[in-house]
Amino acid sequence: MANNYEIRLCGYGGQGIILAGFIIGQAATVYEHRNAVFIQDYGPEARGGACRADVVISDEPVLYPYIDTPDVLMAMSQEAYLKYIPQIRKDTLVIIDEDLVKPETANARKPIPMPARRIAVELGRLAVANVVMLGFLTAVTKALSVDAVKESILASVPKNTGKLNLSAFEEGYASALKLGAGK
Amino acid sequence: MSSTGQISGEFFLSGDEACAEGALAAGCRFFAGYPITPATEIAEHMSDRLPEVGGTYIQMEDELASMAAVLGASWGGLKAMTATSGPGFSLMMENIGLGLMLETPCVVVNMQRAGPSTGLPTMTGQGDMMQARWGSHGPYSIIALSPASPQELFDLTIKAFNLSEKYRLPVLVMSEESIGHMYEKVTIPTREKINITPRRKPNVPPQEYLPYVPDDDLVPPMAIAGEGYRFHVTGLTHDERGYPIMTAEAQDKLVRRLVDKIEKNRNAIIEVEEDGIKGADVVVCSYGISARVATVAIQRARALGIRVGMFRLITVWPFPVERVREIAKNIKAFVVPEINYGQMALEVERAAAGRAKTILIPHMGGAVHDPETILDAIKQAVK
Repeated sequence: MANNYEIRLCGYGGQGIILAGFIIGQAATVYEHRNAVFIQDYGPEARGGACRADVVISDEPVLYPYIDTPDVLMAMSQEAYLKYIPQIRKDTLVIIDEDLVKPETANARKPIPMPARRIAVELGRLAVANVVMLGFLTAVTKALSVDAVKESILASVPKNTGKLNLSAFEEGYASALKLGAGK
Repeated sequence: MSSTGQISGEFFLSGDEACAEGALAAGCRFFAGYPITPATEIAEHMSDRLPEVGGTYIQMEDELASMAAVLGASWGGLKAMTATSGPGFSLMMENIGLGLMLETPCVVVNMQRAGPSTGLPTMTGQGDMMQARWGSHGPYSIIALSPASPQELFDLTIKAFNLSEKYRLPVLVMSEESIGHMYEKVTIPTREKINITPRRKPNVPPQEYLPYVPDDDLVPPMAIAGEGYRFHVTGLTHDERGYPIMTAEAQDKLVRRLVDKIEKNRNAIIEVEEDGIKGADVVVCSYGISARVATVAIQRARALGIRVGMFRLITVWPFPVERVREIAKNIKAFVVPEINYGQMALEVERAAAGRAKTILIPHMGGAVHDPETILDAIKQAVK
């Protein structure tokens, strides 16, 4: 399992967390021809409530599909952040939407803040915050190629929103580069 | 997608979607069902895709009617399927028995969740394995398959259709919420690379046709309504003409054949996966999602120097009694993790017949095993 790369995205229902997990898994499998497992977990509500998308990416077949402690934890709500922050390792990369999450746990690793929600609002569509997040994640983790994620986005969103979603990805990616990622 | 609605290539699909695509690839053109978590996505996908391939999707009023509609569609000449979970599976039992008695090819998918009753609707379980074998009344044999990935849900749904046509009975795909809601890469081959078993049509002219005269493999050819053959089907005990005969002799002849057509062909039906059985002291016997969780425990045990083998049931019914008995001669114990309070473990124990111990690791459902509990049992087993 040492070669697995484990990504956990969490937030509240309706933010597109589950779709973001699907896009990552599809990018790894269909567009990079590697292996990935994507598992979602959500409460009984269709909107609100903590939800989670777990993606395990590997060059080998993934036998055990579950994540104990992820390599990356990306949180887009306070409730989800508090729920999943205990399940990290010392070297887990923690990324938060700085407008939605106030890091509270003193002993947790210092998170990387980013403004996915704000960027989405500036682009005129709050709904693309999840794709802004994907851009940021792609730049910071380098777990997937930019082309694979872009192709996966275009294959997963409504056709008339393709351009908007690609801008959201680019903005998220650029915001990570500003922080010094991608070197 | 081709003009016929067939798709091929690499996709990132949930187990439920892969199951539906497997059915379509096998030629399924009729789905009747009632929505139930965690099998609803199969129905959803079929409702999108069946119209594209010229098929029919019906949401029925309940699971009794769903199963009845599937049997009717099969007799009308279509490959037909339904999908459900525990509570719906219970409701389908009577008409699954009718399907067995009428010898009706069809596929029933059970995405198991934690029971009894409504239990944990969104969470996993493997509690229906014995119900799959014995849930309908009367003596019979059945075929049930257990996939361990979305890809296997695709492949084994095709296999289930093929077995149902070959042996003329409802074939069960016993999966779990864990696999149904898991997304993985699924490779869908082009149409010509998929093996499809066609319906066994009568090989005599209509005036000579007797609906229940079996071929040498004990399976009778099946006429389709509207193709010129007269036939009568009934859930009552019947003779070769299909007419009710209320005698113990007719019952003996019919039911013995219904069981024998599966049991005498069991070697052709049974499929298992084995790894490291030779020289093993202990063998983990598992199926479905539990088999994937067990691989972690097996790897850790091997790292500790324990000689442990893996035996995965792909066909759960008929159960591979002979192979388990043979393995039992050379090992100390079987370790059987399953998400119930001991069902397939009873079969392992019966087959091992005292030659090796059977150690059950039960889990009441709602989650999968912690691999460490399986590892502990493996350590215990070799002591």
